[in-house]
Amino acid sequence: MTKPAESSPKRRGAGLNRRDFMIGGGAALGGAALLAACGDDDGGGTTATTTTAAPTTTADTGPGSTTLGSNYSGEKNREALAAAVAATGVETMINTIDHNTYQENFNTYIQQPDDVVSWFAGYRMRAFAGKGVLGDISDVWSGLNGMSAGFRSASSGLDGKQYFVPFYFYPWAVHYRKSLFADMGYSIPATWDEFKALCETMQGDGITPLSAANDGRWPQMGMFDMLNLRVNGYDYHVSLMGGNESWESAEVKNIFSAWSEILPYYQPDANGRTWEDGAGALREKQTGMYLIGTFLASQYEQDVIDDIDFFLFPEVNPEHGQDAIEAPIDGFMMAVSPENETAAKALLGGMGSAPAIDAYIAVDPSVVAANSNADTSGYNALQQRSAEVVGSAKYIAQFLDRDTDPDFAANVAGVGIADFLGAPGNIDAILADIEAKKQTYTFE
Amino acid sequence: MEATAASSVKPHRGARRRRSSTLTGRDRIWLWFMVGVPAFLHIALVWVPAGLTVALSFSEWDNLAPLSDISATGFRNYWIIFTIFEADLFGALFNNLMLVVWLTVCSAIGMLFAYLLDKNIRGTAVYQSIYYFPVVLSLAVVGFIWKSTMFSRDRGLLNEIWPGGPVDFVGDGTKLFSFDIPFLDPALGLSKNFAALLVAMAWRHIGYIMVMYLAGLKAVDPALREAAQIDGCNEWQSFRRVVFPSLRPINVIVVVITVIEALRAYDIIAALNEPRGTDVMGTLVTKSLLGEGGGRVGFGSAYGVVLLLLCLGFIIWYVTNHYRESEL
Repeated sequence: MTKPAESSPKRRGAGLNRRDFMIGGGAALGGAALLAACGDDDGGGTTATTTTAAPTTTADTGPGSTTLGSNYSGEKNREALAAAVAATGVETMINTIDHNTYQENFNTYIQQPDDVVSWFAGYRMRAFAGKGVLGDISDVWSGLNGMSAGFRSASSGLDGKQYFVPFYFYPWAVHYRKSLFADMGYSIPATWDEFKALCETMQGDGITPLSAANDGRWPQMGMFDMLNLRVNGYDYHVSLMGGNESWESAEVKNIFSAWSEILPYYQPDANGRTWEDGAGALREKQTGMYLIGTFLASQYEQDVIDDIDFFLFPEVNPEHGQDAIEAPIDGFMMAVSPENETAAKALLGGMGSAPAIDAYIAVDPSVVAANSNADTSGYNALQQRSAEVVGSAKYIAQFLDRDTDPDFAANVAGVGIADFLGAPGNIDAILADIEAKKQTYTFE
Repeated sequence: MEATAASSVKPHRGARRRRSSTLTGRDRIWLWFMVGVPAFLHIALVWVPAGLTVALSFSEWDNLAPLSDISATGFRNYWIIFTIFEADLFGALFNNLMLVVWLTVCSAIGMLFAYLLDKNIRGTAVYQSIYYFPVVLSLAVVGFIWKSTMFSRDRGLLNEIWPGGPVDFVGDGTKLFSFDIPFLDPALGLSKNFAALLVAMAWRHIGYIMVMYLAGLKAVDPALREAAQIDGCNEWQSFRRVVFPSLRPINVIVVVITVIEALRAYDIIAALNEPRGTDVMGTLVTKSLLGEGGGRVGFGSAYGVVLLLLCLGFIIWYVTNHYRESEL
């Protein structure tokens, strides 16, 4: 796809060269149109695959050896994962693939996978379970301790069997600077009215109440999900994400009318702002609050992190209270026909237990263990709060793009939400468009 | 090809009598080899996938199930993109059209720059370097530079100096102007953020075209210009009647490059995270085909076929009209 014409001026006299060029141009064009078709075939072939053998602790008596496909490609993550695998005592070859490449090629990869593969909970897991490429690990679950009911349902396929072992998670909540709230005398809002009143007060004090970003069209999916969970509840969220509800229903319209009530408190022009820029505004105390994942802390220095806290999104509909939280979970699954099922299940059981995640967090302390038996003594304040709010949540939602068809999330719902932020008055037309497009998806 | 090959072969006895015999058996094999290998690669790597894409566009496949599960759906994918996703499709086609128009303007500016710099004014090398600098950057990098340092609403250079407060160059999809098209719901038009993208693309395209014309101008015989001057041509006449026609080979290439760049535009928009209002055909194809959401192979292929037909249409029209004429 380079420019074939770049050398052309040097040999401009010859007609023959120009003919070659025309053909070359055609090749470039055809190639551009078909880039995708070619790209699908190479799968993981172009990616740098590194193989790390974890230290063996059980040489002959154990269940044998297995393989683990890993997307923990950052240096720290890779090291942490190797430590976690070592803690399980199962002899494992870890194949590490670049995080984004792994995700984008997963469709191809899962057709010839390693025995155990890293992935995400929710629809993203259910879709593959439904297509029969994942192994049932319900028996592993029966041996797991310390997993809440919320994690269990997030790990179950539509058939009620478990296909996923949660490893860690990061909740979405409303973040704020403790020093700002203390200086201005703000208190944590528990209800929708208190929340709006707080926004009003902040605006009066010259502070923009809410950091608002939507570059890449995913950050505001978090607000949509939170409002849906608070207004309509978790069951409706699952049903809507499963394609079983109309986007023109009164329930969905209620989400957007509640949203319209707080739009005046948003930073202007959310669509063009990256989530990092939203984080910058919160750091500078130009904004008061920010609904985002706890990965927010990765943007700050230690003294700012110490000043950050979060609260659960306030209650909107008393029927649902604050019973649901959004907390994307990362974990592991088993291929449908692993080479060594015993070892694969031993590894999955080990990864779901406290020692593995303890070993992981000892190296990479930015996440929160899914297993409630994990050692929390080394947690910083934010990790402790995360564990607390998720442990007490009745329902754990994933995220719009993890709970539904990722294509529908990115190309239809995400675009609709961005359109709403650009022109809130058009919401009826936007929802009609989403509904029409939704009909072309099967949500299998 | 034959003539070129023949003239490069050492003349030997009998060459004058029977010209065709200058090609020995070995020459023929080499000739077939040198034509055959590129032709084979071209067909295997371009036209076979192209054919497969066309076939896939009439089918439904989630990119996961075995190949035997691909089911034919007739024109369903096309029906969907032309009736349900029509705002995306026609919006993208309109943006591609805008690119053709805009990059043509930029090409003209590039030619003007080249013409001025060719006059050996002081500091030519400095100007050339400055204008050419963006060309060495990939469009993805250009997109990133403009997004984070120029356009960013909170930190961007442009927003610091823009009269009337900060502007959302990246996210504002409202239309600068639009045309109402019957039976198409949202009017077609140029969105503000796509206009901003056009500026970033011009930054690179002008330098690119300038260098091509600079090379071309160096090859124009100075005697022609002198003759024009002696005959009393003014600057414009000498450019219009003498220099421009002798640049014809470069013009052919520039037109092709400009149209190809406009139709295949993808990277700079992807680098900006494909803000709403900036879709082009390239981004529509990849959104459905690639990535984790890439479960709609037939759908993305249908977009790809629309793009392929556009490209083929242009190339066939261009080859038949301009290329053949210049050969004769």
